[in-house]
Amino acid sequence: MTGAVKITNGGDIRGGARRTSIFLQWTFFIPAVVLLLLVIMAIFAPVLAPYPYDQIAMSDRLMPPFFAEGGSTDHVLGTDLIGRDVLSRVIYGARISLSVALLVILITASIGTVLGIIAGYLGGRTDAFLMRFTDISLAFPAILIALLFAASIGPGYWTVVIAISLLGWAPFARLIRGEALKLREADFVAQARIIGTSPLRIMVRHIFPNIINPLIIMVTLSVGMIILTEAILSFLGAGIPPPAASWGNMVNDGRSLIDVAWWISTFPGLAIGLVVLAGNFLGDWLRDKMDPRLRQI
Amino acid sequence: MARFIIIRLLQAFVSLIGISILIFVLVRVSGDPTDLFRTASSTEEDIVRIRANLGLDKSVPEQYWIFVKGLAQGDLGESLVKRRPVTDMIAERLPNTISLAFFSFFISMTLAFFLGVLGATKRDTFLDNGVKFIAILGQALPGFWVAIMAILVFSVYWQLLPSYGHGTPAHYVLPVATMAFFLMPGMMRLVRSGMLDVLDSEYVKLARIKGLPERVVIWKHALRNALIAPLTAAGMIFAMLITGAVVTEQVFAWPGIGRLLIESLVSRDFPIVQGITLLVAVVVLLVNLLVDILYAYVDPQIRYQHM
Repeated sequence: MTGAVKITNGGDIRGGARRTSIFLQWTFFIPAVVLLLLVIMAIFAPVLAPYPYDQIAMSDRLMPPFFAEGGSTDHVLGTDLIGRDVLSRVIYGARISLSVALLVILITASIGTVLGIIAGYLGGRTDAFLMRFTDISLAFPAILIALLFAASIGPGYWTVVIAISLLGWAPFARLIRGEALKLREADFVAQARIIGTSPLRIMVRHIFPNIINPLIIMVTLSVGMIILTEAILSFLGAGIPPPAASWGNMVNDGRSLIDVAWWISTFPGLAIGLVVLAGNFLGDWLRDKMDPRLRQI
Repeated sequence: MARFIIIRLLQAFVSLIGISILIFVLVRVSGDPTDLFRTASSTEEDIVRIRANLGLDKSVPEQYWIFVKGLAQGDLGESLVKRRPVTDMIAERLPNTISLAFFSFFISMTLAFFLGVLGATKRDTFLDNGVKFIAILGQALPGFWVAIMAILVFSVYWQLLPSYGHGTPAHYVLPVATMAFFLMPGMMRLVRSGMLDVLDSEYVKLARIKGLPERVVIWKHALRNALIAPLTAAGMIFAMLITGAVVTEQVFAWPGIGRLLIESLVSRDFPIVQGITLLVAVVVLLVNLLVDILYAYVDPQIRYQHM
């Protein structure tokens, strides 16, 4: 889940070429469609959702989904304790999950890339210092620091974004540093150095364009992890506060009602699982396609 | 080797100071804890007295110094709400967390090794795909949700197992199972891919040519080398164990330190939050130190690389 480096199994591409290629196509196509639908859902939530996410209807409280006994198609996935439509809240929840993931990735990937390139290219003491720092951040359970932070600032949207970013840059820095270290010895970098190119220019114009592939793979693979972390924080009450519809706090809302209204927790949880699954599959596919030697990440 | 260990110990010590400052600062960014003691009838003098009692009237560096001095004597301060020493409160709850973590760790690692090896040796069979499928689900489904679904099925629907509390062996089943489900996939995938690499190597081929039984080749010759990569992930597994414990204890109302942490967050009882986070930080650093030394011992190249 969180705080952990994403582990994926490699070696699967050693099978027959034709069979693998079909397999890879499907593992690209399905997750890509799922994520695309999610983005559409998030953008057009006000149009797609049958009800506003915070519309309370005490007369319709705890209605089961339409296929269960006593359910109706008025509320396809049922309603919660105060009569809010579960489907609408799941649709709106996509907004929070996705935008948090996007912001956190922007922050962590930028910090991680800058620190990683600097450490890898400059080497020496700078490298030793930055990587020690990175190792500590990697080893520490991210959720704990995020909880601490969220609890001290008070829960809220930006708290969640910053809390997850606080340690989230470390895996990026580690990966990019390794790539930069290898590129530093490359001939074209040596040539640039010989003709007197400044270190800054080498890092920006020569190293950076060559680490974009691993960066994209890492970004895709971390989407799932960020969404899970946001959900955990919201579930523990340190994330997005109600009445906003976050999948994590919806699961929490349903926790104490699990014996009377199973649907409140079930559907948002399924949504989280589906998105994370899609993100992980897409990341695996990209890695196998673009850079199979990166299977450790 | 001695030099390597000394350098690593020093680094761990510096890291610990860094983390303690980070935790100290983060906790104090939060709201004023005296708000907790404020009642309708409290006067300004009362508040000043409370602040003095809590040591909040001193400057932040002074507060940090008092905190570190106490720490050196094994004193983590006193709970703001319960007015009891933090060390006592943690000590009370710790056994519950350790027992939960121990069982789930033991079960998930056993399963991970067994299924990982099985997946690698019976590659692309129905069995391998089944195992992979479970691993993928375990990594994608949120742990807290899996726990709630387990309650729905086993406690609400079939009424087989208790859904919260602790005491009897039956209380262990659901928390341990959901936590193991969350811990297993990462390790299993590592074992599987490590095993796949090793099975391709020359010495495994040699062992086979020698005519050793397949069972010996895999479980004795191959597995030993396949374990090096998963060993380095011990730190990561530990971090996951902490995350798992916080979430699992919260869902099952398990009286461990994870739940104590969340309770204290809600009541803004910062000495407890600080104490638990610090305790975890120390253990994390120790685990990583141990892994580093063990790894350097196994692979001499590392000793020189990281000097």
